[in-house]
Amino acid sequence: MTATVAHVHEGTDAPYALSHLDALESEAVHIFREVAGEFEKPVILFSGGKDSIVMLHLALKAFAPAPVPFTLLHVDTGHNFPEVLEYRDRTVEKHGLRLHVASVQDYIDAGKLRERPDGTRNPLQTVPLTEAIQSLKFDAVFGGGRRDEEKARAKERVFSLRDEFSQWDPRRQRPELWQLYNGRHAPGEHVRVFPLSNWTELDVWQYIAREGIELPEIYFAHEREVFLRNGMWLTAGEWGGPKEGETPETRLIRYRTVGDMSCTGAVDSDAATLDAVIAEIAVSRLTERGATRADDKMSEAAMEDRKREGYF
Amino acid sequence: MTSTTEQFADLSATTLLRFATAGSVDDGKSTLVGRLLHDSKSVLTDQMEHVEAVSQARGQEAPDLALLTDGLRAEREQGITIDVAYRYFATARRRFILADTPGHVQYTRNMVTGASTADLAVVLVDARNGVIEQTRRHAAVAALLRVPHVVLAVNKMDLVGYEESVFAKIAEEFTAYASDLGVPEITAIPISALAGDNVVDASANMDWYGGPTVLEHLETVPVSHDLTACPARFPVQYVIRPQSAEHPDYRGYAGQIASGVLRVGEAVTVLPSGRTSTIAGIDALGESVDIAWAPQSVTLRLADDIDISRGDLIAPSANPPATTQDVEATVCHVADQPLSVGARVLIKHTTRTVKAIVKEIPSRLTLDDLSQHPNPGQLVANDIGRVVVRTAEPLALDAYADSRRTGSFLLIDPADGTTLAAGMAGESFASKAETTVQADEEGWDF
Repeated sequence: MTATVAHVHEGTDAPYALSHLDALESEAVHIFREVAGEFEKPVILFSGGKDSIVMLHLALKAFAPAPVPFTLLHVDTGHNFPEVLEYRDRTVEKHGLRLHVASVQDYIDAGKLRERPDGTRNPLQTVPLTEAIQSLKFDAVFGGGRRDEEKARAKERVFSLRDEFSQWDPRRQRPELWQLYNGRHAPGEHVRVFPLSNWTELDVWQYIAREGIELPEIYFAHEREVFLRNGMWLTAGEWGGPKEGETPETRLIRYRTVGDMSCTGAVDSDAATLDAVIAEIAVSRLTERGATRADDKMSEAAMEDRKREGYF
Repeated sequence: MTSTTEQFADLSATTLLRFATAGSVDDGKSTLVGRLLHDSKSVLTDQMEHVEAVSQARGQEAPDLALLTDGLRAEREQGITIDVAYRYFATARRRFILADTPGHVQYTRNMVTGASTADLAVVLVDARNGVIEQTRRHAAVAALLRVPHVVLAVNKMDLVGYEESVFAKIAEEFTAYASDLGVPEITAIPISALAGDNVVDASANMDWYGGPTVLEHLETVPVSHDLTACPARFPVQYVIRPQSAEHPDYRGYAGQIASGVLRVGEAVTVLPSGRTSTIAGIDALGESVDIAWAPQSVTLRLADDIDISRGDLIAPSANPPATTQDVEATVCHVADQPLSVGARVLIKHTTRTVKAIVKEIPSRLTLDDLSQHPNPGQLVANDIGRVVVRTAEPLALDAYADSRRTGSFLLIDPADGTTLAAGMAGESFASKAETTVQADEEGWDF
């Protein structure tokens, strides 16, 4: 499938050039191995979404034929898509990995978090995430964030030092020079690591196609009962929709991102195969987050503000 | 559906070019970046709608393309870029990673950050002002970081009547200056970022110019040639030993090839120990291959069972680097706390981190006028200077001029982990001038 050598002369301008996917893959693998070499207890944030699926695939390749030397962590908002949770558990099982789940619902039930009036649980993830990092003593946390997603993320380093409160201070970031990542941190601090920093949405999809990676089916066109809220097609369900005045209807849709059902919008699409999805994204005039994430629209600096608090 | 498959095939065969932009505050860098993104159809509708809405709310007449690139609250409030941002765009021929670096003098460290991974730097000048101090500073940083290709974009040609003589004079002056600094390849392009001349589309206003547009040049400039022409270097990142029933004896050395080409059967030496062996196998992420090259991440298997761990360097026995505990280098100081003679630091070189002490700071360069000050005692933020560092263990170090990957290092504060300085081993770009008198403006010898 990954005929690295076959890429040598195809359409490239030098005998030893790498295709852009090979270059991105090589860089990401280098990052995984740096973390394995320098940290005591790394963890991969794994949601069952396409970016974390690609991260896990890269980690599997980076350490083959040995197993991935990291555990996985998922922050379950309680409003995740059942198909995605099923995929998550199946994948963990298949590769013999260990998964920690931090549950937003548990925090709400214990009175440690309060449901927001708008029903969105995405911002509530930050507390369970940072507490899981602290209590399980993870010192490096892999996230699937990409710099092409959002303008605050465009400022993010590959290695991002977080203080004991998991906060991000964009003005106090370490300069990142060459491929020399500085992961030094004091006890209690940790480093967020973004191996897909330089990938775009299209790169991710092309890589999934090239490597033949299986995805949860909600990424492909299917009929689903949805309703319109704030310009987003949201999945109807027990989590809190539709409310009065919101009309459910069955539409042919797919998801570009998977996240909390309360803020992740579907797009109208008949793209039922990888080829069709790639063709659709290549001509899309909307960004991934612009099309599907309600929580990024809350304010001009919504992502930056959440990142400062400890969100990815 | 055939068209989709063809498009996918085309896209997957494209190469990746990393480039950085540098320009003074009002040279129109944001407009150039905005124009490149906009005219290559890389700005999507929702991003553009956002820019238009914010611009309108602020009472601006036209959409402010700088809003596309200024991602932080503080940047939008102040209307300046304070940190490197990375942008992504693509054409049918190539994918691009753009390190958009701020132009302020006090952010030299950010240009160094952007230039450290760049194959190409775009230096922007205002055609009305020509080559100014800041232009020389940007050329010096590009030369220092050994960016293989430099593009001089002479912007605002619309404001000088698209005059060929204006462009020719600036191009000549810059090319002479940058060539003296050792910049290997310089391409000068007359543009108007605001009007769109020669950025993506060829200009109808400058018939006298026969060269490529900025985007055409970015699409066709060769990449990676420098990495594979050098001797092979393989810093060991991690030792892979599954010890499973299926792979009881597998022992592989994982790493990214820093430079050159490695082949099965090649005689290799492990540094700093000096032990020798032969490459028995190369696993390229799960697939066995006979040959691999920079910057591929692979796993090497050797014929002999010798002691190798993270931080070691595997190199061809025919052409290994020297090892040393006395490192002479040029550094760019990137931290707020100063670096002084006698400071105890950590040096991170490839995958190896060792203790070190700053023995000397022979000189400091002032980028403002390129003057050189002997024995400054310390370096502060954004200073560039020569240092001599003694390391606790030997390092297998190449000259930065020969390999950006194995000739570069970080100095780190052992107390709090701060990255103090970006280091480039060996002689610097202007060291040939050491033979001339130091008082001469051209005699600065860091």
